[in-house]
Amino acid sequence: MHDLTEAFVELIRRTSTDLPADMEQALREAREREAAGSAAQGALDTMLVNTEMSRAKSRPICQDTGTPIFEVHYPVGWSTRKLAAQIKQAVTIATEKSYLRPNAVDAISGDNSGDNSGVEFPTIHFHEWDEDAIQVDLMLKGGGCENVGAQYSLPNAQLKAGRDLEGVRRAALDAVVKAQGQGCAPGVLGIAVGGDRGASYAFSKQQLFRPLGDRNPDPELAALEETIKDQANELGIGPMGFGGQTTVLDVQMDTMHRLPASFFVSVSYMCWANRRRSMTVRGEEVTYR
Amino acid sequence: MIHKLTVPISDEAIEALHVGDQVEISGVIFTARDAAHKYMVEQFIKTGGNPPESEWPLYELLQDKLNGGVIYHCGPVVAKDAGQWHFVAAGPTTSIREEVYQDLVIEHFNLKGVIGKGGMGPRTLAACQKFKAVYLHAVGGAGTLIAERVVEVEDVHKLKEFGVPEAFWQIRVEGFPAVVTMDSHGASIHADVAAQSEAKLQELVAA
Repeated sequence: MHDLTEAFVELIRRTSTDLPADMEQALREAREREAAGSAAQGALDTMLVNTEMSRAKSRPICQDTGTPIFEVHYPVGWSTRKLAAQIKQAVTIATEKSYLRPNAVDAISGDNSGDNSGVEFPTIHFHEWDEDAIQVDLMLKGGGCENVGAQYSLPNAQLKAGRDLEGVRRAALDAVVKAQGQGCAPGVLGIAVGGDRGASYAFSKQQLFRPLGDRNPDPELAALEETIKDQANELGIGPMGFGGQTTVLDVQMDTMHRLPASFFVSVSYMCWANRRRSMTVRGEEVTYR
Repeated sequence: MIHKLTVPISDEAIEALHVGDQVEISGVIFTARDAAHKYMVEQFIKTGGNPPESEWPLYELLQDKLNGGVIYHCGPVVAKDAGQWHFVAAGPTTSIREEVYQDLVIEHFNLKGVIGKGGMGPRTLAACQKFKAVYLHAVGGAGTLIAERVVEVEDVHKLKEFGVPEAFWQIRVEGFPAVVTMDSHGASIHADVAAQSEAKLQELVAA
């Protein structure tokens, strides 16, 4: 097994500085829907110019480089302990190179570790698989959008949300209204239904790795993804909450088995600076997308 | 039309602004977020302007520079080359966390502008009206673009105690772009959009 530290640094650099093409395209389309000269269109213009500048200069799209969340798929026989050590080393190097802001602080004192090291920081999940390659997905999840995520335990009397897809719709729209522009709209919603509280939130974030426009194979869930997206946009919150046509760029959901007693709907909100990229290592060859 | 604002900003310039106006700010401003606001309120304001002796130099500096000045809710990515700090990425952070402090800081320092994102609540809006100030919304996530408008890092205060994101960065900006979303006449885009979207939500879930 070879040392992947340098490859991880490059994955972090690309993720922090180069917005994925599907997001950029969606922002361009959103720009066309806003009134000429409106604050909403101005905000989208700024996002698009910023996207080009950060890519050209290899600088962070957003100064809040967030919680780095690594999903590592690895073949039988690799040491997850060594991979974790290399990822942590890469995060420290990327912080020195200003691809990441020092973003890990002591929970109580607020003291900054200075290099993004810390207790359970960054987030790393390991999944062994049968492929003869390593794939590492990285998401940088900023604090503004993380703070407006929400979890609902259904039934919820106030929302008149029962334990069905209609209840899920009500919960999701409630989360969008509560978020207003605070999550740096236009965002993407990742929704998980089921699970326990912890697993449900983690699974909702998994949805955010899907390409925009990817629909759930279950036709009922696919239809609900579309419905929530359209209705969230009818709310008129708009880019940065300035008012406007586009509040979310997509909605992606999936279900997990749950206890008979529990019915959780977890909504993870991703900001427009939806930084997620992937790296594959096959033999000596490293590819990024 | 873009309103050009230069620090220190006069009450007249503030009164000419209305929600929805686009502005460009130039001059020396300070970043300040959670730790800095808590510090200002506890050390300067709650002591009735009598901070411990060790804090006087910073207090006097802020009294001078924030009079007619601007605070920016931002925790930047910075780099140091040849002993000189510069901003690498510097978009706004969520402002509502400062709601319990902001009105006190506006009043105490005669602050004229607060730049951030997401808007603020009724206490800050009331202070904007009473003391003639505006809330200026920058585009969240536009880290690289805004960093380009920071032409000089003049100084940094409380770096060791607060860390990079929370320190007071004293920066000279030129043509910093923002939108007025809360004005000195009592108007708030955030309050309007919240009310409209909540009404629309009620329609969408009416059954």
